[in-house]
Amino acid sequence: MVLLRLIDDFLASIGRSVLALCGAVGHLVMFGAITISHILRPPFYPRELGIQLLRIGYFSLPVVGLTALFTGGALALQIYSGGARFNAESVVPSIVAIGMVRELGPVLGGLMVAGRVSASIAAEIGTMRVTEQIDALTTLSTNPFKYLVVPRVLAATLSLPLLVAVGDIIGIFGGYLVGVGRLEFSSAAYIHNTVDFLEAGDVISGLVKAAAFGFIVALMGCYHGYNSGRGAQGVGQATTNAVVTASILILATNYLLTEVFFSA
Amino acid sequence: MTPKIRLSHVAKSFGTKPVLRDITLDVPKGESMVIIGGSGTGKSVMLKCILGLIPPDSGTIEVDDKRIGRDREAFLSQFGMLFQGGALFDSLHVWQNVAFRLLRGRDRLSKREARDVAIEKLRRVGLSAETADLFPAELSGGMQKRVGLARAIAADPQIIFFDEPTTGLDPIMAGVINELVREIVVEMGATAITITHDMSSVRAIADKVAMIHDGIVQWTGPIDRLETSGDPYLDQFITGSATGPIEAVR
Repeated sequence: MVLLRLIDDFLASIGRSVLALCGAVGHLVMFGAITISHILRPPFYPRELGIQLLRIGYFSLPVVGLTALFTGGALALQIYSGGARFNAESVVPSIVAIGMVRELGPVLGGLMVAGRVSASIAAEIGTMRVTEQIDALTTLSTNPFKYLVVPRVLAATLSLPLLVAVGDIIGIFGGYLVGVGRLEFSSAAYIHNTVDFLEAGDVISGLVKAAAFGFIVALMGCYHGYNSGRGAQGVGQATTNAVVTASILILATNYLLTEVFFSA
Repeated sequence: MTPKIRLSHVAKSFGTKPVLRDITLDVPKGESMVIIGGSGTGKSVMLKCILGLIPPDSGTIEVDDKRIGRDREAFLSQFGMLFQGGALFDSLHVWQNVAFRLLRGRDRLSKREARDVAIEKLRRVGLSAETADLFPAELSGGMQKRVGLARAIAADPQIIFFDEPTTGLDPIMAGVINELVREIVVEMGATAITITHDMSSVRAIADKVAMIHDGIVQWTGPIDRLETSGDPYLDQFITGSATGPIEAVR
């Protein structure tokens, strides 16, 4: 009897967790769908969009640039050291370029922006929720989705590809500095190899990934902030959840998009 | 006379907990109705139901004899609200907070015109023009309430809600805010609903009073009958007695 009750409780707890997960996914999908529907319908808030482009895009440039620079340099060292095992040191420029543009640029850029932007959006909107500023927006005939969520999601989706494009260039330059300065490649040969092996598809796939990651980063920040619990603890939890879910979704989406672009 | 706002049998539960069980209340046009009641009795929930921020489970809410539904935009356009904590937008200057509605929408004003209106409204609540270019975080609690009040009246609304207008203020500032609220309501001829625990606010602001207890309107009547109502719940509330029909958790 006791054993049956234990099994029953165990199964019930699994059921509860699955239902809660389904509920949360459904809620998030609805939030995303409402956001997209508001992106397409007026009124628009171009001033808010401009502010968010500056905050999310421009001010993330140092973080993304430095991350790319060091990653490009480390990648060059790793490929040189690994390639030396089968006399393939010459592939350093091409692999650094392809690795940065296809994978590391968008993924690391997305993760760095997730840490910086998701947290900040969740904290800002969460605080607005707790202090009734979101209710105040509604009473002032302003749709909070259009005024708060749409400019942030749009700004992140538009600015992350640009950030990643700049990051890719800086990352390749990091590889170049290490390749020419430490690994004794000739400058001309390094540049030649980089340009020769890089294809338009590599760059485009990376930028499409970046746009998807930008959407995820801002959506997670807005979703968790908008549904933040009460008080400082609620806002803190929203911030943590935003960064964690954005990071996981970036990695999962990266795998899916890589399958789509390169599985054939 | 047709009431400006009419609530009929409004009910709202959160999970298994009923907060509003059966609220029926008429707010006459141009009058100031004050809602009183203990903490957690659903006063704010009722206000949010009227605003459409929380959908009621059942019952109807009408403004000018029309049910609020798809016409919520029209309702909100004639509406202003002072929030308990001010709910001022941190990232905007004081004048932009006050002129928020005036800078948006179909009938939006130019920046200069909106700023002039904002400064005039700030003056109306006793704040100088210099306050206009400060951020809300640079203001004291009393000044933030005044800015919230200026924002609530900026578009000359026909309906104004005041959620705990004197909470967190010293008695003198509370008196000033009470006077301002009363003056503004009379001067604008607006219909007002105020939620408060503060009996001095009730006496200063109200034309009519409604007491909510246990999810229903326990008593409603004009302010001059407040002391002589004979309702044991109301008597306990206004005297602040620990003994009576309202259970006090110690």
